[in-house]
Amino acid sequence: MPGRKRERLENAADLRLQSQLGEEERFWDLMRRMARENKTAVFSFVLIVLMVLAAVLAPFLTPYDENSMDLLHRLSAPSAAHLLGTDEGGRDELTRLLYGARVSLLIGVVPALLSLLLGSLLGVIAGYRGGIVDTLIMRTADVTLAFPSMLLAMVIMYSLGGGIVNVFLTLTLVSWANVARVVRAQTLKLKNSEFVEAARVIGVSKDKIMRRHILPNCLPTLLVLFTLNIPASILTESSLSFLGLGIQPPNASWGLMINTGRQYLYSAPWLCFAPGAAIMLIVLAFNFLGNGLLDVLDPRQKKQ
Amino acid sequence: MRRSIAQRFAQALIVLTGVVLITFVMLRIVPGNPIETMMGEHADAATVARMTAELGLDQPLYRQFLRYIAAAVSGDFGTSYSLGKPVSQLIRSAFVNTLILALFAALFAWTLGIACGLVCAVGKNRLPDRLFMGFSLLGISLPVFMAAMFLQYLFAFKLKSFPISGTDSWRGFVLPAVALGWNSAGQVAQMTRSSLLEALEEDYIETARAKGLGRFGVLMRHALRNAMLPVLTMMTVQFSSLLSGAVITETVFSINGVGRLMVQAIAGRDIPLLQGTSLLATSVVILGSLLADCLYAVLDPRIRKEG
Repeated sequence: MPGRKRERLENAADLRLQSQLGEEERFWDLMRRMARENKTAVFSFVLIVLMVLAAVLAPFLTPYDENSMDLLHRLSAPSAAHLLGTDEGGRDELTRLLYGARVSLLIGVVPALLSLLLGSLLGVIAGYRGGIVDTLIMRTADVTLAFPSMLLAMVIMYSLGGGIVNVFLTLTLVSWANVARVVRAQTLKLKNSEFVEAARVIGVSKDKIMRRHILPNCLPTLLVLFTLNIPASILTESSLSFLGLGIQPPNASWGLMINTGRQYLYSAPWLCFAPGAAIMLIVLAFNFLGNGLLDVLDPRQKKQ
Repeated sequence: MRRSIAQRFAQALIVLTGVVLITFVMLRIVPGNPIETMMGEHADAATVARMTAELGLDQPLYRQFLRYIAAAVSGDFGTSYSLGKPVSQLIRSAFVNTLILALFAALFAWTLGIACGLVCAVGKNRLPDRLFMGFSLLGISLPVFMAAMFLQYLFAFKLKSFPISGTDSWRGFVLPAVALGWNSAGQVAQMTRSSLLEALEEDYIETARAKGLGRFGVLMRHALRNAMLPVLTMMTVQFSSLLSGAVITETVFSINGVGRLMVQAIAGRDIPLLQGTSLLATSVVILGSLLADCLYAVLDPRIRKEG
């Protein structure tokens, strides 16, 4: 995630605090406002829902089997029978794309969720405890952020080895630092607010304050982070798989499909460009939705 | 200002040490003896033991780490397992190619990005603005490998206007640079646009207009100069994403750069080479963000005068 968006999220914490003191805006009110003001975000949301449905309902949407070979129809161009052509094993490309969506969506969502858990946990501890714990956690975050994300992912994948679980782990380790920074910034602001002070005065324990008072107030920010981490994970995984370092066959993510399709770039370009277009579409949709959420949360800095 | 720069410098050094530490530990928790992997099935136990001792791999991890740091400071990053040459020598020749690629990409991204951003901001919400902004979104969401393969397919294979791979002449760098810079171009365009629109709302613009300065003069001399500040710093930070992208572009176009060296290192399970290349790439990024901070301080008189 670009630093500028992170900065906006950190500032958004400020705004939430102010609105909390005044009239509180409930979560669903925020969503309703976004739906009213931002048609692109709504459209993106619908697109994402459709893609998820297509991935889940894949067996009902296509007459072909994902893995059955048809060697008489290898690398055939898009036609009425095979809307997106067939691959080097004669498998229907559209079918593979639908099943690949399952893997790619999972790879977007699972690491985003895991890094959210890890990042917010470490962020809230760093912010609330302060001192040496804070220094330790935040320096580690600095180091993580200093790596170009692709290189860090490559190094981690190297030491863990391929496979889908390791891809989840790698992407989590690449993206937790951003979450930790934002949550820490927000915790620092909440720490000095009146209701936390009040809880402290009546003797609520530190752990409980973090769990019951600080984390729930970070939720809207976390939602934005979640939405923006999904496309980042999908992109990193597809780059890794493109280099042959990510998902291993027979699992097929869109990135891996491009990797195998690359050998036939000149004879069967649809094998690369179809999954490529799918990646672009889903990344674009999640980014639009994430930006929409960010604008609702932080309307002061809304893009002109 | 001097003090804060010194502070940032110290911070950068700490981060760099952390980077070395993390990659070092990461690469050594890999199961299996790297010497055995390197020598293949025909290795006899005695040779493996001798080589392991020679490379210091039998010593405790912290000793190995200190030894690595001591050697690295004097420019020695060990010998590549798979290519048999000093890592520093391999990196040096690869780095030139990556640098040329990154500079071409940056040049492309910044001229296109700033020009588009300028046109968009001047004609806000008119047709060119909408067109370019749509285009920049496409740029941002297009994965580097897709851009690379699309350009390769269209301009090298179909139209044959550029070579498919290799860097024998400057023409070989054109497609990879455009593929690599595409992403950044979109970001620069968006940043220039929003920053310029912000600057145009400021009071000093009205003052300049009131003094009778022409539209063009106001735009170039007052608005753009102030709007470029965040854009400039973003550019230096972009080194990071350019390096990430270079791994992909170099692979697609078969350019012998640092990124491709890294991919080779992974394929050959070549720890010294992987360590050296990732260290170099991360140093460049850290240096880039340090430079960005300094640049910001020098260019922005509000920070410069703070002392």
